[in-house]
Amino acid sequence: MGETGLRSYKLAFLLPGLLTLLAIILFPLLFTIRVSASGWNATNPDLDWIGGANYAALWLDARFWQSLGRLSFMATGTVALQYVLGFALALLVWHDVKARRFFRVLFLIPMMTTPVIMSVIWRTILHESLGPANDVLSMLGLGPVPWLTSGGWAVASVMLVEVWQWTPFIFLLLLAGLISLPREPFLAAAIDGAGPVRTFVNVTFPLMAPVSIGAIMIRLIEASKLMETVYVLTSGGPGTATETSSYYIYIKGLRDFDIGYAAALSITYLVIMIVLLTVLGKLLHRALMGRAA
Amino acid sequence: MMTKLYLSLKYGAILIWSAFVIAPFLWALTTSFKTASGVTGGPTYIPWLQYEPSLSGWRSLFSSGAGGIDVVKPYIDSVIVTGCASLISIVLGCLAAYGLSRFTYRAGFVKNTDLVFFFVSQRIMPPIVLAIPFFLMLKWLGLLDSKIGLIFVYVALLLPIAVWILVDFFNGIPREIDEMAILDGCTPFEAFRRVILPNSLAGIVVAGMFCLIFGWNDFFFAFTLTFTDTQLLPVAVVALNSSVTPWWSLSASALISVAPLLLIAFVVERFLSHGTLAGAIR
Repeated sequence: MGETGLRSYKLAFLLPGLLTLLAIILFPLLFTIRVSASGWNATNPDLDWIGGANYAALWLDARFWQSLGRLSFMATGTVALQYVLGFALALLVWHDVKARRFFRVLFLIPMMTTPVIMSVIWRTILHESLGPANDVLSMLGLGPVPWLTSGGWAVASVMLVEVWQWTPFIFLLLLAGLISLPREPFLAAAIDGAGPVRTFVNVTFPLMAPVSIGAIMIRLIEASKLMETVYVLTSGGPGTATETSSYYIYIKGLRDFDIGYAAALSITYLVIMIVLLTVLGKLLHRALMGRAA
Repeated sequence: MMTKLYLSLKYGAILIWSAFVIAPFLWALTTSFKTASGVTGGPTYIPWLQYEPSLSGWRSLFSSGAGGIDVVKPYIDSVIVTGCASLISIVLGCLAAYGLSRFTYRAGFVKNTDLVFFFVSQRIMPPIVLAIPFFLMLKWLGLLDSKIGLIFVYVALLLPIAVWILVDFFNGIPREIDEMAILDGCTPFEAFRRVILPNSLAGIVVAGMFCLIFGWNDFFFAFTLTFTDTQLLPVAVVALNSSVTPWWSLSASALISVAPLLLIAFVVERFLSHGTLAGAIR
């Protein structure tokens, strides 16, 4: 086969997917950048040019920066919890457990369910007077918790639902990693007389570092978009206590139709997330792989 | 003594987490058989003993009157949109992933790894960033509130997942296999279709399941880009989440919406326990 023949095959494989993605994502993104330099809103639906005025305005928009801070806290907090719990669960049903395949299926189930739909169910569970959460607590003699009506508890509730929903994802990736680990290092550790704790610290954890980094990064990326759970559970409330960046942009853009400003917020949010996630990825790599070396 | 304590702690932890996982489903199940009086009197759990069970929640799934939610059409819409978008993503994803795994691409400073990164990095994009241009784009194309428009958008969501899983999977298949086929006179495409595809069913199934999960469970784009003609399940269910919520029909519709994907948990576990998933997900 000639060079040109191979070349056309190369392109025939890659281009359909690449061009589809470019068409669906790149053009909308460029369009958003253009809109962000316009004063497009409900009364002035025009693609005019106002330069960087939207960006200057968002610089002083405390509500936006607070939503970013809140998002960072909730995203890193939930992912940290998901990682610890997911790793623990993966170790629990890794081997030497009765009915482990049953428990593996069970532990996977929440990630298969629709987040908004389960959030609707959680909302009924966390209902202050009619929900079972406070009912169970009162049986234990604990006072009613204002799950969705007090700021701090509302943040905790969103995080609780996120942990329920997505711990299975980390569990899945880590268990797949554990199952594919080589046996020799564990045999060597056993011959050295290492107990379970030392085996975990010196063998399992370092061997799992690459998988851990991958799983944490994927979850951080997904968590950085946090909005749907918030929309259903609290609508960002009480006040703005659980308002994440995506949700604030949603209110500005699709509820108030302040399209130009929302576009500027979107672009800023996207750039900040890419920077933060890159830095976090590097740090994570250094923290986990550094120990492995 | 120590091992006994260790074992009881281990099984205790497993059972506690199992209860946490199951609790919302059990609560939804019992609530789905309640009526207004069973809900407003405070939380109850056991039918007949604590409340008189009724089928009105489940009946409301097929009536579109007040407090009812007709799930049949949203169900069909969801199946069509998720199925088509997943299928397109898998086909395009297989082709692109195979190309990226086997050939060397170079355009200026862009190399294979950059192309793979470009595909995968699309998952970083927050849906809200794309919502407004998607809205205007579909409006311009006359595809707002249509299944085709949503399928189009979902491909952008699912294609990165398919490429991410499949590139690694194809990389795990020895190159010698396709080189042999090409020596036997196959074109690269024939080698791909006759030799590689049959050997990568596991990877394709795993990628397909992830596409189904993320497609079926999306809410935001269905919520912002469709209104009346097309309505997907999550939107239909969340629409019940108003101030006077009929918890019984809400619970019934929630259970019936999440039911089909629960089967996927069994399939994923199969691949997981046989070690196939480790090759497919990295």
